[in-house]
Amino acid sequence: MQDFSIVTQWIHGTLTNYVPEWLAIVFECLGIGIALLLAYALLALFYIWYERKICAAFQCRLGPNRVGPFGLLQSFADMFKILIKELIELKNIDKFLFALAPYLVILASMLAFAVLPWGNGMQIINFNVGIFFLVAVSSIGVLGILLAGWSSNNKFTLIGALRSGAQMVSYEISIGLTIITMVALAGTMNVAEICQEQERLWFIFSGHIPAIIAFVIYLIAGTAETNRGPFDLPEAESELTAGYHTEYSGIHFGFFYLAEYLNLFIVGGVASLLFLGGWMPFHIPGWEGFNAIMDWIPGIVWFLGKAIFLSFIIIWFKWTFPRLRIDQMLTLEWKYLMPISLVNLVLMVLTVTFGWYL
Amino acid sequence: MEVTTKSMPYEAWKDNEYIEKLVDELRASGTNVIVGSLDKLINWGRSNSLWPLTFATSCCGIEFVSLGAARYDMARFGWEVARSSPRQADFMMVAGTIVHRMVPVFRRLYDQLAEPKYVIACGSCAISGGPFRKSYHVAKGIEDIVPVDVFVPGCPPRPEAMIYGIMQLSRKIKVERFFGGVNRQEKQQEFLKNHPVEGVND
Amino acid sequence: MAAEIQEIISKIAPDATFETGADNILTITVPDARWHEVARTLRDDSALDFDFLVTIVGMDWKTSLGCIYYLTSTRRNVTVAVKVATDNRENPMLHSVSDLWAIAGIFEREVYDFFGIIFINNPDMRRLFLNIDWKGFPLRKDYDPSPEINPMTTESERQTDFTQSWVELPDGKIEKREPRVFEADDFVVNIGPQHPATHGVLRFRTAVNGEEIKKIDVYMGYIHRGIEKICEGLTYPQTLHFMDRMDYFSAHPYHHGLCLTIEEAMGLQISRRAQVIRVLMDELSRIASHCLFVGTYCMDLGATTMLFYTLRVREQILDIMERTCGARMTFNYECIGGVMQDLDSNFVKDVKELLAVLPKNIREYNKIFTGNVIAQNRLKNVGVLSREDAISWAVTGPSGRGSGWACDVRKTNPYSIYSELEFDEIVKHEGDSFARFQVRMEEMEQSARIIEQLIDNIPEGEYCVKVPKVIKLPEGHWFRRVEGCRGTFGVYLESDGTVNPYRLKLAPPCLPLAAVVDHITRGQKIADLITIGGSMDYIVPDMDR
Repeated sequence: MQDFSIVTQWIHGTLTNYVPEWLAIVFECLGIGIALLLAYALLALFYIWYERKICAAFQCRLGPNRVGPFGLLQSFADMFKILIKELIELKNIDKFLFALAPYLVILASMLAFAVLPWGNGMQIINFNVGIFFLVAVSSIGVLGILLAGWSSNNKFTLIGALRSGAQMVSYEISIGLTIITMVALAGTMNVAEICQEQERLWFIFSGHIPAIIAFVIYLIAGTAETNRGPFDLPEAESELTAGYHTEYSGIHFGFFYLAEYLNLFIVGGVASLLFLGGWMPFHIPGWEGFNAIMDWIPGIVWFLGKAIFLSFIIIWFKWTFPRLRIDQMLTLEWKYLMPISLVNLVLMVLTVTFGWYL
Repeated sequence: MEVTTKSMPYEAWKDNEYIEKLVDELRASGTNVIVGSLDKLINWGRSNSLWPLTFATSCCGIEFVSLGAARYDMARFGWEVARSSPRQADFMMVAGTIVHRMVPVFRRLYDQLAEPKYVIACGSCAISGGPFRKSYHVAKGIEDIVPVDVFVPGCPPRPEAMIYGIMQLSRKIKVERFFGGVNRQEKQQEFLKNHPVEGVND
Repeated sequence: MAAEIQEIISKIAPDATFETGADNILTITVPDARWHEVARTLRDDSALDFDFLVTIVGMDWKTSLGCIYYLTSTRRNVTVAVKVATDNRENPMLHSVSDLWAIAGIFEREVYDFFGIIFINNPDMRRLFLNIDWKGFPLRKDYDPSPEINPMTTESERQTDFTQSWVELPDGKIEKREPRVFEADDFVVNIGPQHPATHGVLRFRTAVNGEEIKKIDVYMGYIHRGIEKICEGLTYPQTLHFMDRMDYFSAHPYHHGLCLTIEEAMGLQISRRAQVIRVLMDELSRIASHCLFVGTYCMDLGATTMLFYTLRVREQILDIMERTCGARMTFNYECIGGVMQDLDSNFVKDVKELLAVLPKNIREYNKIFTGNVIAQNRLKNVGVLSREDAISWAVTGPSGRGSGWACDVRKTNPYSIYSELEFDEIVKHEGDSFARFQVRMEEMEQSARIIEQLIDNIPEGEYCVKVPKVIKLPEGHWFRRVEGCRGTFGVYLESDGTVNPYRLKLAPPCLPLAAVVDHITRGQKIADLITIGGSMDYIVPDMDR
């Protein structure tokens, strides 16, 4: 297993040789910030292209293929265009909240993005309540959506925002419960330690039945959390034109658009962290040779691969299933998913207590 | 300067004189290197990322659906991100007849589009009123209502014709200038000045 | 039957006159004062049972204005026409029958819009297609179409929260009232005209209570092109091409309907080959139309991918049509006397290829969508329309058959060669969106069955019989119905002996389909509006004409 912390320590060491420590930390923070923003933008653009290609494949089409090789530059073209597109000023709206909302949404996803374990020692910040932080910041997003819908002074956006509020608040419960279930198995809230814990075997295997139940629930709730089909009611095209962001144009809309795709990645990333070992390579206890080969593949490849694979499943949902109705969606959460995850939590606690895990 | 799009030879276009005129205008306006290359970047983005507004009134709209389907697949060019909200769309494919009752709605949709915005008049109804020209309730072409960039004839135009039309639009965007507004902005402003709508401040 | 009707009606309206027109439909002329009573008898008398109001044809006979009501008894399969007229051109008034047939309310609004005839006791007497400040009534013969009177304007249309209605008081006086369309504190969401779910430019003013729908005001006319009026200035062959542009998916059946009417009026017999070709084209377009319905419907419900799968089959059918007709959508193929040109040499082979892949595709659609648990939850028991309501609202076609009403004109009044063909009329009794969806799915199979019977037996012969260069019809009027892809398409043709139709009324199936949306969405969720509207499958240019 490559350890990225060697690199970071080396950078820190070199910097402190030349400049005082406080300045070194400032430089590092700046570097990390830029790297983060770049990774964020690149990943979001990649995801836009990725979804368009996948959806085209499902629909027997080719998808973007004119701009750049395989249409890879398509989303860059989209980005350039949207950056300089007019920002329409609306009358009779709450201007401050209207402008604030997209930033809240993008902030939430960026903060959550920051906690993800990219590789061994490759983390922006490693603190003991990482998972807790992730749950906390990801719920800022719903605030942004509610504000966007409310401040636009439009009936469609209002309905979209309220739907979204109801949906995200509800499904956050399931997400929280499944996360607690897995934390119970891991015994820690520290993201790096959760990955470390899975060195022997990924949690989805070691936690067997309760972990698999939690995984399924997490995927469903995660799809709902990202407002994607079949749970895309807040922006249900056929009902509410574009939902809560109907009135947004230009880069403000771009933020919503980017955040939507990034949230897809975050859901995939968190799922891979909790169930598939994060950056941890695939290990089978006893097969030392195999494990050694697996360790050759860098952690970041593992992490991205898992996250992208899981997002593929979520994209697959979207292009297959019809949309739920608001009452059906809430029924699914409150009458099925939440009780099941509560029972599942008890099951997991029993599993841990009696050592039934593998 | 030969303005064309990928996998489309310059000779294949039918109306190169027109585009050459635009190129001359562009040259005549003159510009410095930095602004010029920025313009190029912007035009590259704009011309390759045309998001249509889902707007269809009649038959042509169905051909527009076919355009999105597997046989013609407009996603290849990146046009498939059809936005239902005019604020997020780039161009409006006026697919179908515009009647008197629709005119204010249509004009409002146009006003709601965010700059830069383009209009393609698709099909004979949108161009001139088509077979319904004699009617008491049909607008005789949308040119009186909004500035039109590209006309696609046909009743309805085949999807291939629509692709050609949108490619023409994308070519037209390539000879625009973001800084200074050559080839587009001024004409549009002039049009809007001559066709005012009460309560809308262009 | 005619004698029986005559007897019963004469009893209550002694001054009624009876005649049987060239199209074998008994026409009763009653004065307006007796009309409502006659209408009630026609509907309620157990010996008559005229429960289905097919259409109301507004008429301007130059000296008088009036309406022709086409009524059908679904039980006895008999159609009568009732003529009611008024001599008052300044302030024409007739009695409304909107309390007897639910759909009459909308039909009367249409007549009011075109002819200015006010219907007493109709609770909602607004214009249907034109703006409230439109001057004149376009289908009157003395209408002045000059653009100075009704200029095109970009200024927003005048809107009002009030409707108008003329009520007859017990003492016989007529009073104008202005009730509200919605209650004063309703939360009204405006869905359309530019909205992805309305399938074109239809507008629903929807009063909602949270996510629940209280009332919908269907607002039409955003694509009203005045086809009926334009037709009055054209020769008969010229009128045909408008049939392509109404319901563009049923271009062939609509053409067929108008051609049949004109041929009947001319007394023209067309060759069997032409008949077979017409039926083949009808059924092919039915499959294509239902394919598109399935696709767009699934897309409305969020399953976008289905659209692309169904469009594959549609493209295949369009290819077949293109090879024969020369166009993808507006074919203008059927003409008076037969069809425009002969079948393509590969037609039989292409159709057989289609028939080979169709069952597989339908199975695939069922696998992806019909069996999906989310789809079933969304569709079942949503938007239930009972059989009685379907008849009263004149909801024909697959939507009516989903409510248990066997209303297929191909079965009830077979035209062309349909009586020789073997096929089942699909009828489901649940009346919900799922039933309407399934009816269409299964109708595709039945259409394929019809094509299978014909494709190997296309008789030789001429595809178009000789018709005079200038077509003049004898004086008279004809009414005919055919089965379009969305329901019964009626053509009323009145000729004054010249080369132009005196009046050509096209009774589209989609107008009732849209009108009934208000009735069945009450109390349902906003999301169900999409489900219900989609399952009705209306085409806006068809209803607006």
